[in-house]
Amino acid sequence: MLRRLLPLLALLLSALPAAAQERVLNVYNWSDYIDPYAVARFTRETGIRVRYDVYDSLETLEGKLSAGRSGYDIVVPTSEPTFARLVRAGALRPLDRAAIPNWRNLDPVLMERVAAIDPGNRHGAIYLWGTVGLGIRTDRVRAALGPDVALDSLDILLKPENAARLARCGIMVMDSPTDVLPSVLRWLGRDPNGSTAEDYRAAEQALMGIRRHVRTIIASGSILDALATGEACVALTYSGDVIQAQARAREASRGVEIGYVMPREGAQLWFDMLAIPADAPNPEAAQAFIDFLLRPDVMAGITSHVRYPNAVPASRPLVAEAVRSDPNVFPSAEALSRTFVAGTPPRDAERARTRLWSRFKAGR
Amino acid sequence: MRGRLLLLAPAWGWLLLFVAAPAAILAAIALAESDPGVPPFRLALSATGFATLTEDTYYLDALLTALRVAATTAALCLLIAYPMAMGIARAAPRRRVILLALLMLPFWTGFLLRVGAWIGLLRDEGWINGMLQAAGLTDAPLTLLYTEGAMIAGMVHAYLPFAVLPLFAAFLRLDPSLGEAAADLGARPAIAFLTVTLPVTAPAAAAAFLLVFIPAAGEYVIPELMGPPEAQLVGRVLWQEFFQNRDWPVAAALALALLVLLLVPIRLFQRLEART
Repeated sequence: MLRRLLPLLALLLSALPAAAQERVLNVYNWSDYIDPYAVARFTRETGIRVRYDVYDSLETLEGKLSAGRSGYDIVVPTSEPTFARLVRAGALRPLDRAAIPNWRNLDPVLMERVAAIDPGNRHGAIYLWGTVGLGIRTDRVRAALGPDVALDSLDILLKPENAARLARCGIMVMDSPTDVLPSVLRWLGRDPNGSTAEDYRAAEQALMGIRRHVRTIIASGSILDALATGEACVALTYSGDVIQAQARAREASRGVEIGYVMPREGAQLWFDMLAIPADAPNPEAAQAFIDFLLRPDVMAGITSHVRYPNAVPASRPLVAEAVRSDPNVFPSAEALSRTFVAGTPPRDAERARTRLWSRFKAGR
Repeated sequence: MRGRLLLLAPAWGWLLLFVAAPAAILAAIALAESDPGVPPFRLALSATGFATLTEDTYYLDALLTALRVAATTAALCLLIAYPMAMGIARAAPRRRVILLALLMLPFWTGFLLRVGAWIGLLRDEGWINGMLQAAGLTDAPLTLLYTEGAMIAGMVHAYLPFAVLPLFAAFLRLDPSLGEAAADLGARPAIAFLTVTLPVTAPAAAAAFLLVFIPAAGEYVIPELMGPPEAQLVGRVLWQEFFQNRDWPVAAALALALLVLLLVPIRLFQRLEART
């Protein structure tokens, strides 16, 4: 018996190093958020096989990472709240810049804005970014509010008289206090990151003023669908989702024309960060992947495909013309100067904020 | 004696592994302290998690809303399932197989797909509104999706088979000679149904009610995708505590509270069973 088993065992042992050499990179990214060609190219160039997995909400990502040992090498959390929390929790591995020579391609101005939550940019490189604003069906909004209405402000949504007139054609707000409250505070002329009881009371009052006109408060992914099908005519959500909905509605050619409103009061900026979990099984491959993504030609392919801007300025001339010249994808320098980055409220304020949000949802 | 122990071992093992152990883990997390980290709590003996639940009526409201919605769903399921089960059980054996297969068929498609189909039916530019407007019955789309009605319809549809199956089994076991005896003794069909069929199938009806009520009380997906935002059921509140607040101790304490609440109807059912 033993004699028969021994060769088998020897065979198994000799196979082990071979299996270990077959390098695999486990990527966990947002759904519809990469140029599929880029992944194939990375494997061809490096011989590293990519196991690509997707999520559609930050909560899913954070839930998996909070439990520990997720098995992923690359994750793409959004700067605030998830990336900031993961940095503070020590759940991310500091990056070795020497292994990422293309780091120098990153826009220092944008990286500086992330440094507010990740001092020294030790844990992440910007993958793609965007703003928070309104997706609107331009024709319906003009019909409801008059042909001369200025389509550049949160007034469309937050002024109760406007919301009342738009209620019939469908108002939606994404279900995310971290992405909605700062913009509301800014619209009120307050510090977008204010977290005093008075700040929250003012924000709650503004939200309650339009609550009965809001059709639903739902995850951003569902808002993308609702915009594309024409179900929503005003929705507060991420810029890129509006731009994707716009493209989808055009493909369906059912006469749904969607526009994006970047609030002139100042829009919230967010960044999706390339990061490596502290317990990643294969951090070297992960760093090679980050380096690969930061190449101008690779980044240009991604932006052309998913219609979100990146943080590699050298990629800009290589981006598809229709995407490059779209001011909703790449805001002007002047518009950018009025944007702000959300900060992290203290722990108690966080609970107050969630409570405020559930009262807003409940409508009482 | 030993034989009986051996026979019961799998059942006890199952209970220990899949009921007692998870409940113990939940209790440990409920008593822990919330802490930013991986995992986001520190084991301790703290009552903060439970104390948060009683600070105001927010969590109590969520529990009561969930119980109300689950009871409505279970009652509607029972109302539809009872005649359905009776009809299927009284059909000819070959047709019975087909009818049962039709009942189970929706289970062959994914749960989310079925919810997606409902959304397609109920949305403003969906099928129902399309037909109503084409027939000239309405001018503007009716708001059907994201209402309490949509949520209940989705839940009744999802859970109906759980109510039909135990009732079907009860009707199959029902001795037809009981009904004949009642008729022989002069009972009209309605009286025979009320005095014979209904009492005999009552435990199965209670079981059907519970089989829908218990999973429906913790339902998250349907209220989230089809319900109105104000329907803050305990399932949605649990999700918020777990994912948005990342307060696992409060989430675990709330889950335990739901567990304890659900023991009440189960205990009532046991008493009903013991009486019959």
